[in-house]
Amino acid sequence: MSATLFDTTITHSPLHLQRASDWLHKGAGESGAVVTFSGLVRGEQGEVETLTLEHYPGMTERAIADLAADVAGRWPLHRVLAWHRVGSLAVGEVIVLVGVSAAHRQEAFLAATCLMDLLKTRVPLWKKVRGPEGEQWIDAREKDLQAALRWQ
Amino acid sequence: MKITLLYFARFRECLGIDQEIFEVAPGATVADVVDALAGRGSIWQQLFDGDARVMAAINEQLVAQTGVLNDGDTLALFPPVSGG
Repeated sequence: MSATLFDTTITHSPLHLQRASDWLHKGAGESGAVVTFSGLVRGEQGEVETLTLEHYPGMTERAIADLAADVAGRWPLHRVLAWHRVGSLAVGEVIVLVGVSAAHRQEAFLAATCLMDLLKTRVPLWKKVRGPEGEQWIDAREKDLQAALRWQ
Repeated sequence: MKITLLYFARFRECLGIDQEIFEVAPGATVADVVDALAGRGSIWQQLFDGDARVMAAINEQLVAQTGVLNDGDTLALFPPVSGG
């Protein structure tokens, strides 16, 4: 098997699922499975108007690249993609896109899940919502911390 | 020895600063710095006292509270991350 290819980025620009999917499908033939995940800004019944993501420039890029390499060390993956938005986002916009390609679906599903679970606890990004009640930082959720623990 | 402290997200906003130069003893750990900050009282105590959830990175690598600092290091302190 050839070496895993990576595409990780932290960006202020909108994320395009089709571009991510096209890159992941370039290994078709060798790869028999592609799994992608898109995380979107929820409106929470009008409670959220905009979401702002703060990050730690420099460390965020390194942390997401390290994470992709970590996941690729756990399963035989062909391609690993992890794109994350920062800055101000509207309800419905894509915050995060992750995807992997592999020979078979089992490792592709597991790797994509692992990548998302660990991203939520290891990459220095923080959400703040603005709604009718003003601005509020979003705390890390216990459910997310527990989800990440199973991959330790 | 001197280190650079960085604050992010809620910490940065509550404290009103995003960085400072901080004097620490040789061999100091992240926990030592967090305790010293809590000792400043008021908002510092609220953010950094013993029960507070504080994540740390030394020179852009996540570390535990036991992480040891060296002269010239950059220590970032931030609330648990919430991306994704």
